[in-house]
Amino acid sequence: MPTDNATPILQLKDVKISYGQIQAVKGIDLELYSGELVCLIGANGAGKTTTLNAISGTLPIASGELLYQGQRINTLPAHLRLRQGLALVPEGRGIFTRLTVEENLRMGAYTRKDKEGIEADLERVYSMLPRVKERLAQVAGTLSGGEQQMVAIGRALLSRPKLLLLDEPSMGLAPLVVEKIFEVVQTVVKEGVTILLVEQNANLALEFAQRGYVMDGGKVTITGSGEDLLKDPKVRSAYLGEVDEAA
Amino acid sequence: MNELAQAIPYFGSRNPRVARGIVLALMLLAPLLAGMIGNTWIRVLDAALLYVMLALGLNLVVGFAGLLDLGYIAFYAVGAYTWGFLASPHMGVHLPFWIVLPAGAGLAAMAGILLGFPVLRLRGDYLAIVTLGFGEIVRIFMGNLNVTNGPQGINMLDSLNIFGWDVSRNIQITESFQINALTSFYYVFLLFVVGSVIVMRRLQISRIGRGWAAIRDDELAAKAIGINTRNMKLLAFAMGATFGGVSGGLFGSFQGFVSPESFTLLESIAVLTMVVFGGMGNLGGVIVGAVALSLLPEVLRYIALPIQQAIFGKVLLDPEVLRMLLLSLAMIFMMLIRPAGLLPANARYSREELVKGLKEKQA
Repeated sequence: MPTDNATPILQLKDVKISYGQIQAVKGIDLELYSGELVCLIGANGAGKTTTLNAISGTLPIASGELLYQGQRINTLPAHLRLRQGLALVPEGRGIFTRLTVEENLRMGAYTRKDKEGIEADLERVYSMLPRVKERLAQVAGTLSGGEQQMVAIGRALLSRPKLLLLDEPSMGLAPLVVEKIFEVVQTVVKEGVTILLVEQNANLALEFAQRGYVMDGGKVTITGSGEDLLKDPKVRSAYLGEVDEAA
Repeated sequence: MNELAQAIPYFGSRNPRVARGIVLALMLLAPLLAGMIGNTWIRVLDAALLYVMLALGLNLVVGFAGLLDLGYIAFYAVGAYTWGFLASPHMGVHLPFWIVLPAGAGLAAMAGILLGFPVLRLRGDYLAIVTLGFGEIVRIFMGNLNVTNGPQGINMLDSLNIFGWDVSRNIQITESFQINALTSFYYVFLLFVVGSVIVMRRLQISRIGRGWAAIRDDELAAKAIGINTRNMKLLAFAMGATFGGVSGGLFGSFQGFVSPESFTLLESIAVLTMVVFGGMGNLGGVIVGAVALSLLPEVLRYIALPIQQAIFGKVLLDPEVLRMLLLSLAMIFMMLIRPAGLLPANARYSREELVKGLKEKQA
């Protein structure tokens, strides 16, 4: 929960991101406090994934300030951000399809050298994701979409992140599976990991998240607590598929 | 070794120890057997070993790191020309092999990084086109510069002299028995190949190897788990080039001259075909592919010419044309029958296992 004097774990100040000539994100401000689950919702092409990739360092930002734990990380390369506890689960899961589930998970600890810590974290991930534990020896490419998503989250957890960036974990999954994924996300938050979640499924995301940002056309248009956003008529009409009765 | 033994159909998996013995014996006795038919065949074997080294090096770039490189032969050229500069009358310097070979390897590695930097952000087809261009640029430079003696190339390269043992000289053991220079070259090359395989093995299972595998599978995911993709890609280019440079140097010493025409695009493609044909990413497969595709055309050359003479009374298809035809046919058949190569990389996940996995999931 945001408190007045705490430093945010992540802060974006007027961040702009461009692909060549095209400005995809036109100045966005965003704050995340330790232990929060915050979601970023918006229509296709609003700049959500772009923002997330810029935070993780896979995309450079054009201008503005990117602060992580109070430190400026504007130009820090992605692999160094990960070492500081900033992990991304990319859109479309991005697991290594030719490796087994266990190998995938272990790849998540690529930057770590503490053997015991890795084993302990593996056990922790297994207990959080019992479905995944059943399939350790299976080639990851043969898993179902939901299981792959869980492997991707588990892999990210093995880097011991402080802040986890989740890019559309519900993409292309059946509603029942999506619910399972969100349960996992909640367990992760309970473990003390801060999460920034990008979602198309705004209804579900807002239900779980403490706060939310609504993006449109490369800008944050509305922000507030999850509950408030769920009640907001503008949000309801634009992103929750309800007809705006006032209009 | 093991993989090569397994490659012998049926027999290999049933009786691995005997199969390994056969492979080892073949490796060691090949030049003696070939020598019974004629010295040309030992020469063919020598060339095959050079191709094996090239294919292993290219496999590192294409098979391990997933970077399609169509200009790989350029590094071979760098190695060979380094030998030409540092060990021939051309420049008047005659340095020993333990300086020239590492120099060639180092220069090739630098060339690899030089190529690597501009193509860091390219992948797939685009990467292939740029690397192809790079290969051609190197070849054209070699063919037009004065220092490289243009298209004539450099002649009278020193042969390999390993601490006083001139490999290119026949060893007379008794009056009637001598070890042919070509045979000596074979064993020297074999030593280099074995060394390369050991290095590659280590690399593949190392952190670096796993990093490459991750980049090959999914670059964004590789970044997301904290791999420095830029350095890893440069490293792949540089290390692949190193192997090319070493084999280039050996080629120069073996051939005695270097000229740009040894380093055409067709050679790059031939090496790539060997890698793909044998099984990208699998060392055993790559070796089999390189040996098969460098020996077969030679065999054809000796069979096809007399046959054409006998049937048509004249030669209709030039052996060089036949070679390209054979490479293309090999690729087409392979795509139809074994799309992952003769010995695919992840043989541990056999089709049966995958199907079993899928069935378990459905159950």
